[in-house]
Amino acid sequence: MTLDPGYLDYPHRRHGMDHDAYAWRNLFAAAPVTWPGGQRVAVTLFVSLEWFPIIPNDTPFRAPGHMQTTYPDYRNYTAREYGTRVGFYRLLDAFARAGVRATIATNGAIAERYPSVIRDIISAGHEIVAHATDMNAVIAGDIPEAEERAIIAASLAALTEVSGRRPRGWHSVARSQSWTTPKLLRAAGLDYMTDWVNDELPYTFHTEAGPIVSLPINHELSDRQILVTQHHTIDSYVQQIEDAHAWLDAEAERFGGRMLPLHLTPYIMGLPYRMAAFERLLARLVATPGTWFATTAEVVDAASI
Amino acid sequence: MRQDAPDPGLYDFRPWRNRHPIRWPDGKSVAVWVSPNIEFYELDPPANPHRKAWSRPHPDIVGYGHRDYGNRVGHFRLADIMARHGFPGSVSLSVAMCQHHPEIVAHANALGWEFFSHGIYNTRYSYGMDEAQERAIIEDAIRTIEAATGQRIKGWLAPALTHTPRTLDLIAEYGLTYTCDLYHDDQPAPVHVRNGRLISLPYSLEVNDHYGFFVYNMGPRDYAETLIRQFERLAEEGQTSGTVMCIPLHAYLIGQPHRIGAFASVLRHIAADGRAWITRSGDIAEHFLAQDYAAVAAEAARYRAGSRP
Repeated sequence: MTLDPGYLDYPHRRHGMDHDAYAWRNLFAAAPVTWPGGQRVAVTLFVSLEWFPIIPNDTPFRAPGHMQTTYPDYRNYTAREYGTRVGFYRLLDAFARAGVRATIATNGAIAERYPSVIRDIISAGHEIVAHATDMNAVIAGDIPEAEERAIIAASLAALTEVSGRRPRGWHSVARSQSWTTPKLLRAAGLDYMTDWVNDELPYTFHTEAGPIVSLPINHELSDRQILVTQHHTIDSYVQQIEDAHAWLDAEAERFGGRMLPLHLTPYIMGLPYRMAAFERLLARLVATPGTWFATTAEVVDAASI
Repeated sequence: MRQDAPDPGLYDFRPWRNRHPIRWPDGKSVAVWVSPNIEFYELDPPANPHRKAWSRPHPDIVGYGHRDYGNRVGHFRLADIMARHGFPGSVSLSVAMCQHHPEIVAHANALGWEFFSHGIYNTRYSYGMDEAQERAIIEDAIRTIEAATGQRIKGWLAPALTHTPRTLDLIAEYGLTYTCDLYHDDQPAPVHVRNGRLISLPYSLEVNDHYGFFVYNMGPRDYAETLIRQFERLAEEGQTSGTVMCIPLHAYLIGQPHRIGAFASVLRHIAADGRAWITRSGDIAEHFLAQDYAAVAAEAARYRAGSRP
């Protein structure tokens, strides 16, 4: 047996990353960020609000949360819709009671199908991040550039029309990007993207169209990861978030502002048996001095990238 | 190993009783070593016919970004609490880290950490390599790590745990003394190789943070409790004959803000206990080779099929 001789060639073995998209940095040696009012931890409530067509698209792959049974998959189609009709409103009410604003990453399809949801988001003062068109719009690998441009444009158009404002941020379906996504997002006028998970504070991405901010939304702290993938209880989730908050709060004393993103999914967190524990978590975080509830755009602006 | 035989013939059978008494320095009963895997995964690696690098089409930015988090955030968080509690690291190193992030390699070296090879990249697998190719990566590892750190490597953990039937023979031939790829014991043990002396040093998949979080789906505090129970048992059993406990880690996992605090409590517990020889992989291997190797190797004869008690 032997491997192709090229398997032992390392064309990108050099100082720094193996690509030119962004530079390496040590978070603990980076210039400290200062949040407004000298707050220590920015808590970002980041909700993915999604519409899954009952006919899934498997090219290039099926997004997490998509249909699973043979057609017609009533159980998953309706359970996702439950999130939008019921769970999301529980979250909106919880945010209102806690007096905090959130970021809603939503598919263009939500604006087209349920414009009242978008109006409810805007009237509560939450921020909207563009989250492609619907959950079949997976961008990956070598997707034709025109196709990708069309997804970005259609998403922005639908959300802008109903919300009355153009989103500044982008979140890809399944957080999946092609080789050209950052460039196309920048070219579409977007300020930042939230797909990457390699840091805890915003940093700059370089593209042929100019710089774009990458705002990392930690997927390890998402309700999907902890509750669905790892099968932990809501009480364990709450404990983990509180442990994370305590750790970041202590670090902020030495290294400057920190950020704790809570990535939430209406059909996961918005279930009746989970909401009370989540609401108690929110209340405790609100009551903790040094905690700043911020939308993603507010974090990007305050970090002064 | 014996290629194509049902028993690969890696080592001799010896049961967990009546063993040669291993005595660690200062009367400690368990040698504890912490092994951060400091890895570089490539965004667009070439395909290996035997194993896929990423589950999604390239660029798999979630998989890649998760690993990159370890090198931007997690490593420094982990190294800080290890230093605070007096634990040196024994690094399973993607050798190309010496080029990509010499800052991290120098940081670990300055803390007195040991380095051993974990292949060139964690996205380049040994499966399918011919002997010349495998020699090339071993020579690359020895040369590159020595140039970057001044350390001559003594150990090997195969890249992404991918082996060939000749890996162990080759690393022994190059003078390496321990492998972390065999999981048959809680003590070091001789490994059969063509030339030279090689031992297996207990690493662990069972209490590896990757297994803890993504195979057994433990929460951070459950994983911490698991490590403490592992330690308590090995410290107790090690009174008879010294045991080894490895804590294999990945900064992109253990360095997350919801996990690092629980893990810090494990280090605090072990450091305060008093039964642990808190040390590095190479120090354990060296001690075993000098004090115990011959006795342990001789002991195996008792258990060979056909031998009489």
